Amino acid sequence: MIAIIKYNAGNISSVKNALTRLGYKSIITDDPEAILNAEKVILPGVGEASSAMKYLIQKGLDKVILSIKNPILGICLGLHIMCDYSEEGDTKCLNIFNAKVKKFPNRDIVPHMGWNNFNSIDGSLFNNISIDNNVYYVHGFYAEICSQTIATCDYIEPFSAAMQKDNFYATQFHPEKSADIGEQLLKNFLEL
Amino acid sequence: MLKKRIIPCLDIKNGRTVKGINFVDIKDAGDPIELAKSYVEQGADELVFLDITATIENRATLIELVKKIALEINIPFTVGGGINSIEDVSKLIKAGADKVSINSAAVKNPSLITEIADQFGSQCVVVAIDTKFENNEWKVFVHGGRTSTEIKTIYWAKQIEKLGGGEILLTSMNNDGTKAGFALDITDQVSKSVNIPVIASGGAGTKAHFKDVFEKTGATGGLAASIFHYGEIPIQMLKNYLKTEKIAIR
Repeated sequence: MIAIIKYNAGNISSVKNALTRLGYKSIITDDPEAILNAEKVILPGVGEASSAMKYLIQKGLDKVILSIKNPILGICLGLHIMCDYSEEGDTKCLNIFNAKVKKFPNRDIVPHMGWNNFNSIDGSLFNNISIDNNVYYVHGFYAEICSQTIATCDYIEPFSAAMQKDNFYATQFHPEKSADIGEQLLKNFLEL
Repeated sequence: MLKKRIIPCLDIKNGRTVKGINFVDIKDAGDPIELAKSYVEQGADELVFLDITATIENRATLIELVKKIALEINIPFTVGGGINSIEDVSKLIKAGADKVSINSAAVKNPSLITEIADQFGSQCVVVAIDTKFENNEWKVFVHGGRTSTEIKTIYWAKQIEKLGGGEILLTSMNNDGTKAGFALDITDQVSKSVNIPVIASGGAGTKAHFKDVFEKTGATGGLAASIFHYGEIPIQMLKNYLKTEKIAIR
């Protein structure tokens, strides 16, 4: 079973729908036991960092996430939550990745919204995906590039498109909305 | 590099697509799901579903349709038409819409933009502007273009950004339906006066019209309905053409 962590972020059902299309069963839950027993966990997220962190702490889910041993994938805000700190709402995050989340400077349109290709990709999460492939982004904040960055993208500034440390994976883009390339990435994660 | 988006718009009436031609690869062009899937396969970057009936009785039909679309479609989609309140928005987002498009309701009650942005995030608030050039000025029209206002288009665009709108869908009524090209002047003026994405709409008739709007204005997306719906310009062909013209396209 795949657990999708339920928290106060919008449109969580789109991740569940994507998994259903790939033939995987999933549950949307905030039950610690269900999350810890799941073969794979997804931390989705469209929302705001400080209220998301506040909610996770309130429910004790911050500690649950940190103790997950199976592969977990953070998406968009989920990636930010796994970083050290976010400028969005001046938020201390889970500090899994050693990177800060910053606001895009206003030199170009913000948010970064639409399809973008990669500057670099690395690792099994990107099996059968090439740097010229495009994935769908929508975000006003980005994670700096650090030693745990496994894919990079460029919009105003170079940033982390995906990150990994041990069993913790995260993407800034939305694989659940990234057509066939997104499905390939989800498949790669689910087959880890 | 961030790509320019090609966005087909599907007009929905009583849960059905307003009838176009039957593409070879789909059995029923009146079925929004089938048509949407065909657009996705052709390479559409996003989809917009516009409920043109938008009566209370049809609302439930629309919600059911949105749920089905969310299950089947693997790219972002926007739902618009007849959205008047935060409750309308909430129902559509919960059903699986990635974004909602509001128009007359935002003009009547601009704080609705902020209310939606606060609750669901700016990224899901598309504010549609219907604009018309009259007496030497671009002004905002409401109620499907039937009612004029005294609001200047550029002023309204800036207000939308200030209030938390995530995107502007700009339709020139002078160009809509003419197939003579997008309104390059107002599209460029609006995109230069705000720092949020602007989607150009109204007037697309040829592939070159998309090239023009991407080269000559700051629009990050181009929306069209009939040329895609009636198969006049297949999306894949349009995208291939734009690529050879060195436009950043997925």
